[in-house]
This record gives sequence, C-alpha cells and structure tokens, in this order.
Amino acid sequence: MTVTKEPELLPAPKAEDLAAVLLETVQPTRPSALSASMTFGWRAVLKIKHVPEQLFDVTAFPIMMILMFTYLFGGALAGSPGEYIQYLVPGITVTSVVMITMYTGVAVNTDIEKGVFDRFRTLPIWRPAPMVGYILGDLLRYVLASLTIMIVGLILGFRPEGGFVGVVLGVAVLVAFSFAFSWIWTMFGLLMRSEKSVMGVSMLVLFPLTFLSNVYVDPATMPGWLQAFVNVNPISTLVAAVRSLMAGGFDGNAMLWTLGYGLVFTAVFGALTMRLYNRK
Amino acid sequence: MNAIETSGLVKVFGDTRAVDGVDLTVPAGTVYGLLGPNGAGKTTTVRMLATLLRPDDGEARVFGHDVRADPNAVRRLVSLTGQYASVDEDLTGTENLVLLGRLLGHTRAHARDRAAQLLEAFGLTDAAAKQVKHYSGGMRRRLDIAASILNTPKLLFLDEPTTGLDPRSRNQVWDIVRAVVAHGTTVLLTTQYLDEADQLASRIAVIDHGKVIAEGTKGELKASVGVGAVHLRLRDADQRSRAQQVLTRALECDVLLDSDPVALTARLTGRATEQAAEALAQLAREGITVDTFSLGQPSLDEVFLALTDKSGKSDTSDKKEAAA
Repeated sequence: MTVTKEPELLPAPKAEDLAAVLLETVQPTRPSALSASMTFGWRAVLKIKHVPEQLFDVTAFPIMMILMFTYLFGGALAGSPGEYIQYLVPGITVTSVVMITMYTGVAVNTDIEKGVFDRFRTLPIWRPAPMVGYILGDLLRYVLASLTIMIVGLILGFRPEGGFVGVVLGVAVLVAFSFAFSWIWTMFGLLMRSEKSVMGVSMLVLFPLTFLSNVYVDPATMPGWLQAFVNVNPISTLVAAVRSLMAGGFDGNAMLWTLGYGLVFTAVFGALTMRLYNRK
Repeated sequence: MNAIETSGLVKVFGDTRAVDGVDLTVPAGTVYGLLGPNGAGKTTTVRMLATLLRPDDGEARVFGHDVRADPNAVRRLVSLTGQYASVDEDLTGTENLVLLGRLLGHTRAHARDRAAQLLEAFGLTDAAAKQVKHYSGGMRRRLDIAASILNTPKLLFLDEPTTGLDPRSRNQVWDIVRAVVAHGTTVLLTTQYLDEADQLASRIAVIDHGKVIAEGTKGELKASVGVGAVHLRLRDADQRSRAQQVLTRALECDVLLDSDPVALTARLTGRATEQAAEALAQLAREGITVDTFSLGQPSLDEVFLALTDKSGKSDTSDKKEAAA
C-alpha cells in the first residue's frame, strides 16, 4: 500500500457546503438490471485503465502459447509448422481465452475482502449485477486476447478459409461461451479463502480441460477411453464449433453442444454464485 | 416511528454466539451509539441491520421493514460506512462517486454533478482525480461518508468511523456526522471510543459478549455508576491519611487512595456540589493544603469499565480485574 502524506493545507469540509449537499432531494429510480450490470462493467474497464499492466496476461500469454506450440509440435504433428498452424490457431485461441477466464475468479476473490463489496451489497440493485459486471469487463479482455492471436497467427501463416466473417463469428462464439464459463470462477472466487487457492483450483480444472481435448491433436489418434472424455469435453465441442466457423463451415452438432454447455454453466454456476454471494 | 427495532437478535458463528439476543429501539432522527470493546458484537449487529448478514434468530425492523422478509426495502433507506473504507481503492474519488450515483439510478450527467458537489463540500476537490489508494486515512473516511450520503439516506450506519484517524480528522468526521443528523438522518454509530459516543450520541447501548448490558441516555448511564467523582491532590503526602478521614466523614462515602501518593478520589452518591464544597471547607479548617480539586460526572470510561467488569465477572468468576 502506498501512503501519501496528507497535504498540510488540505481544506476541512465546509459546514455550509455540507448543509447544501445534504439537501439533495432528487430521488432517482432504481436502475434496470442491464444498466446496473453495465455500470459494474464500466468499473472493470476503469480498473484496466488505471492498471494497464494487467493486460499483459491477455497479450503476452497468447503470443507465447502460439509460438511455442507451432514450432515445438508443428514439424512432428503435421509435417511443418506452416501446416500445423492451420489446425492449431482456432484451438489455441480457445485455450488462451478459456485460460484467462480464471482471472475473473481472482478479481472477485480480491474484491470480496474489501469494504467496497459491503457497499455494493447494501445497494437496492439487481443482485447479480456486480458479478455480471466483472464478466462484462472481462469480455473486453477476451476480445483483446483473440485479436492478439489472430494477428500473430496471420503473421505466422494462418489463412482461414472462412475469411474475416468466419473469424469474427468464431471469436463471437468463443466470447459468448467464455461469458457462461466464467460463472465457474465467480463461484470459486466467492468460495475460496485466498487468491492463491483460486488460482490453484483454476489450474486443476483448466489444464485437463484444455489439454485433454482436440486443441493440439486429432482425437482419432488417442486411445478409446481418452477419446470418450475428449469428445464430451466442452472445450472440444467449442473448438470444433469455432474451427468450422473459421474454416468457412458450420458444425451444427458442435454448435448445439456448445450452446447447451453454455446454458448449463450459466444456470448451475450462476445460481451457485448468487447463493454464495447472498450468504457471504 | 422508530428507525430500528430489534428483539432477541441472534447470530451464531460456529460455537460463538457473536450476537446473543440483542434488543434495540432507535428513535428516528437521533444518533444512537453502540459502545463496546473489540469482538463485542457491534459490527455483526450492524451487518444484520444493513442486510449483509441474515440473523439466525429474533426480529429486526428498519423503519418498519423486516430485514429478512424485505431486504430491498431496507436497502433503499440505509447506507453503510464500514469499518474499513467502503470505497474502491483502484478508482479515483470522482469515479467512486459517479459509479455509486449511477448504481443508485442517477443519470450520468447528474451523477457527475453530484460527485463534484460532494467532493467540493468534503474538501476533496484537489484529490478528485487521484486513485483512492493514494489518499490518507482521513481523506478516505471523508470520501466514504460522501459516498454514503450521495442519496441522503434515512438511516446511516457508521461502523467505527474514526478508528485510526488523527485527532483533527476525527473532529472533521464528527462535524460531518452532526451535519448529517441535523438534516434529519438517523445514525447508528458503533464505536469503542467513549469520547466519541459522548460527543455524538444521544442514547447509548453498551454491548459486551453479544449482549446489551446497559442502555440509556448518557446521563442515565453515568448516574448508574454514581453522581460524580471528586479528585483531590494535596501539597503534602504526609497529610493524606488525615485528609482521607476528613473526607470520609464529610462525604459519607468511600474515599480511595490513588497510586499517586498525594491524590485521593471520592465517588459521590448524594448532592454532589454541596457536599464537595463542604468537604473543601473542612479540609481548610484542618489545615490541609489542597493543590488541585476537581468535581465531575463520572466519565463514560468509568461507566464502561464498571459495566463491562460486572458482565465479565458474571461469566468468568475466576477473572480478577485490576482496579485502575
């Protein structure tokens, strides 16, 4: 914590001014659920504005991921990095964005300890608004991470057949899914006692989900029991949906599964989050 | 109408009955002090009344609205300034107030005007664009209270508003609280500083081990411990035992010898002023020289120690309290 010495001549509050401001009689109407959530989203954006270093993880991390996997596995898995990257980019975009969703949980956890949360909870607003606000602010980070990967991917030779529209649609599906997926982290953010334990649990969930999937290799090369898991893994269905959109196609089955998972995550973890939030 | 009414309020954490059957009646338009040592249950009581915690038992109403059945109605009437500043440290002063203004439903333009107006009145205009983490303790508190009165609440909870502040900042916070009350807002103030309750509150409940152990106006609480106390300092320590005899006879009460070899204290029970004047005259007749003499109501400190001492002894009989 930084402590700045109070300036010697800091003006004292003025009694006459106080009397004037207390005369506020404008009784505003309760903000709508959307308006309250957007205001909390604005708060998240302000925080990024004040501490821009926190964007490091949404830019540097994805760049590292794509460079590492393209050149490490490219030759072995697809003959050359140039061919592998066509397969890898949609998947690595999903992995990077899903990985950074966990910071939502960290943000919730660090905030909940502070007094400001008490104030939010005593406001007559739509109860889930602060939680939705976190996730809305994070959507900006997801878009930024996706954009970073696409630019690096294009430089490295990724040529999506779906063109600009296909890529935008793919990213849109990914961001929408991440919104639903983030409710897991708001729940853990409220449940766990420290920031470190939130990170620990996140890794425990995210590593198997992103690696035991179709992100890096074709599931057909895996043993049957592993395929069984990989094929129902929500990350796999999401990657399949995004991959087909970026390739100019439409995988109806994968899209339906992704939508289904999204709804289930929102309903189950959203409800659990709110239960914990109301009890905290 | 009463601002707060609770009966048999209980909150249990594990094995600890943090709040154990609290009954409070806070009349509207007053400052009501909840006084107690750390861990007495003050904050827990406030958190239940502010809808942050659900009571485990008992009833609590804020302006007639049940905190359990209708928390949103309560939230529309109250505001909370917590023990730790309830503002966002990463945002600037202006951003904090605009954020809250928006959340309360004001338009963007009005929220901005109101923020500027409050910052000006609280002497924070120069710091308006600075992140709150760079504020001093006193500035944070002021911003916190500014945030709490953004919409002029009917009931304001101030949970230890001056803990950790220097005396000047503390006086400024007190001035703000007085201005808020003058406007008609009811304030529930928790504090462990007797001085603060004495300065601001009209009625006080003393709380210890989750129970209200005394309740009343400041005067009533003080009277429960005695009418007043006489403090004497003699010029010559050799005269003290004789002075003690004279005073005991004249005042008809116990006269205690202080640790200071020239000082005596008597706790009066009857007509304080007349008795004290008479005692002084008798001392002069006996040729005992008095250096300083003071007569006053017992301080809230004395009240507090006397009361918490009693309640402490009732559940831990082996506990010996050293007399101060």
